[in-house]
Amino acid sequence: MYKIGVIALQGDVSEHVDAMRRALGDKGIVVEVRKAGEIPECDGLVIPGGESTTISTQLEKGGMVGELKDFVSRGKPILATCAGLVLVSSTIEGDSRVKPLGLMDTTVDRNAFGSQKASFEADLAVEGFETPYRAVFIRAPVISDLGRAVQVLARVEDKIVAARQGNVLCLAFHPELTEDRRFHQMFMSELEA
Amino acid sequence: MRPTSPFNVRFEAVMELENLRFGTELLKRGFAKMQKGGVIMDVTTPEQAAIAEEAGAVAVMALHAVPADIRKMGGVARMADPAVIEEIINAVTIPVMAKARIGHFVEAQILEALGVDMVDESEVLTPADTFHIEKTKFTIPFVCGARNLGEACRRIAEGAAMIRTKGEAGTGDVSQAVLHMRAIMSQIRALKGMDDVELAKVARDIGAKYELVAECARMQRLPVVNFAAGGVATPADAALMMLLGADGVFVGSGIFKSENPRAMAIAIVQAVHNYDNPQVLARVSKGLGAAMKGLDASTIPEGEILQSRGW
Repeated sequence: MYKIGVIALQGDVSEHVDAMRRALGDKGIVVEVRKAGEIPECDGLVIPGGESTTISTQLEKGGMVGELKDFVSRGKPILATCAGLVLVSSTIEGDSRVKPLGLMDTTVDRNAFGSQKASFEADLAVEGFETPYRAVFIRAPVISDLGRAVQVLARVEDKIVAARQGNVLCLAFHPELTEDRRFHQMFMSELEA
Repeated sequence: MRPTSPFNVRFEAVMELENLRFGTELLKRGFAKMQKGGVIMDVTTPEQAAIAEEAGAVAVMALHAVPADIRKMGGVARMADPAVIEEIINAVTIPVMAKARIGHFVEAQILEALGVDMVDESEVLTPADTFHIEKTKFTIPFVCGARNLGEACRRIAEGAAMIRTKGEAGTGDVSQAVLHMRAIMSQIRALKGMDDVELAKVARDIGAKYELVAECARMQRLPVVNFAAGGVATPADAALMMLLGADGVFVGSGIFKSENPRAMAIAIVQAVHNYDNPQVLARVSKGLGAAMKGLDASTIPEGEILQSRGW
């Protein structure tokens, strides 16, 4: 039985819990992670969408930053979506109050597409997927620069919107808001590896 | 610029801009979901917006005066000055919301043109129409106030992507927000186990669409995000609303009408994140200075009550 934790400080936590439960089936359980000490007990983690400034502040205040870094260095998988993609990066462009966790060798542009008016849905071609993936971008960030260790999985025009580095998978969009579970399956194959 | 990834072959065929879809219900409701567990703060200047962002607000609400001052000033309350809204948008990286008068779809169009992330069709401003805005026609999402399940369902049917309690804005008296949150939650709980005929009768009685009532019955919550608003003035008020079932909290006058706005803003954010932990609530509530003075909602003359605006 796997135990997957969803970082539950702010954002669309319940949507991630539901989506992960459906993806896992009887292979494991999903719990909300709200305080220090709960991260090391998990086999995999989800960093949800939300406001990266708010989640960043709460991770620091809650003493969870070190635990997250340790979690990744022990080879356990993380699925980071939207705000999560910002948080796992190593550099954030511009004047930002977010402290990146440095879990991936990426530079992130936080609101690359602009305000909510520019939020969009699109059919995405994803490396390794046979058919397009319907992706939901909400005030989405993009990866504007990356190190050699990072594998690009999808782009919108020239903008990188999905990538992985070792056990960390990051998406600028929201797999928890749609029914397509292929990214969850990708996360689970890392879990079972 | 062409993609340079070795995997780029198929991307070019698919990702042309005409394949993108904007303003869908999924995007509107999704935006609201990203605010969950957060505090949205009323601000009137870029400086206040920066304080809110630094304190950990998930978004700010730009307006020309906080509700407590709108009450005091009297007269017609309208959308804020677009120049101020723009300054606030430029001052922060978090989402910016702004208020339009009930039914004033042109104010809402102007706010959308300015690049505001969400419109609050708000009873705090003087209503422009007896009809509410047809919100499905907009690309950006709307939040609307509600006192009960009927109002909430009517607003959702018009396209609201988020609901908040009306409470009684500008009072610092949380009792009306409590009343409205309890009304919505208990009306939804009462739907549990009802058959189709019974649900249809409830829908008729409260003036709501059957499909929405049935959805609330099945989900045991509103199908959109539901925040508390209208009278939240302390960390304890915010935690109370979370425990009554709110997905998050709007704070209007409660922060910038308090003695120490910066400390109050941080404390209310901490209270929303730790709403079920009285130890933390005790710690963050210490030494904040005076909360806003406030106004007992039951003493307000009928003509000055804001929550009865809209239907």
